[in-house]
Amino acid sequence: MQITVKTFAQTREITGEDNIALNLSDSSTIEAVISQLKTRSDKWTLALEGSVLTARNQELCDTDTVLSDGDELALFPPVTGG
Amino acid sequence: MFALVQDADFDHGELYARLKQSADERASGNTGAIVTFTGLVRDFNNAGDIDGIELEHYPGMTEKALMKLVEQAVVRFSLNSAGALHRVGRIYNNEQIVWVGAAAQHRQAAFDAASFLMDMLKQSVPLWKKEFKGDNSEWVAAKASDDKSALKWMLKK
Repeated sequence: MQITVKTFAQTREITGEDNIALNLSDSSTIEAVISQLKTRSDKWTLALEGSVLTARNQELCDTDTVLSDGDELALFPPVTGG
Repeated sequence: MFALVQDADFDHGELYARLKQSADERASGNTGAIVTFTGLVRDFNNAGDIDGIELEHYPGMTEKALMKLVEQAVVRFSLNSAGALHRVGRIYNNEQIVWVGAAAQHRQAAFDAASFLMDMLKQSVPLWKKEFKGDNSEWVAAKASDDKSALKWMLKK
């Protein structure tokens, strides 16, 4: 299956990638995707080692969430609006 | 009810009128209190003076998350209506950045709802601030005190 990964703020700046397509085995969890992304480059390792929030199809969710084909997964640091 | 995310500055009068009209449509004659809050950009941070801030958002999700929060406030505080607006992009010192408003039958619910909207917004709506001064800029770190304020509402029945 294939998903789209989007990054924002520091996560986007550190990785230098804001929108990538990833091929995964079926029923992968977000946790598994994060582990896979950490091996993509040193930049990704650095970007994902701190506190990172995750959203599946634009809803905040936990890292044990199981992904489906076509999902949009977003990775970003804690929010600072207001 | 409304939730807006925009680059442009906003007008209090227009937002107040929009909130009041929405409250009138939903519960005509029943609104006894409207509380609004406006946040501005301060001209300093922990390290010293700044020129302003740059706000990044997640197009699509930011609007949805803000609307969800407005709907939660309406249910939780039995409001007649509520609204929120957050600016994104480059915003200079002393400019307006955020607005929330709550219309209720009585004032306490309206005050509480405005406070709830701001506390929860700082925790659950995808927005990221970067402070800039000249050509230098730095991301703002999430504050533990903001987490605490949001947690207070999550624990309260």
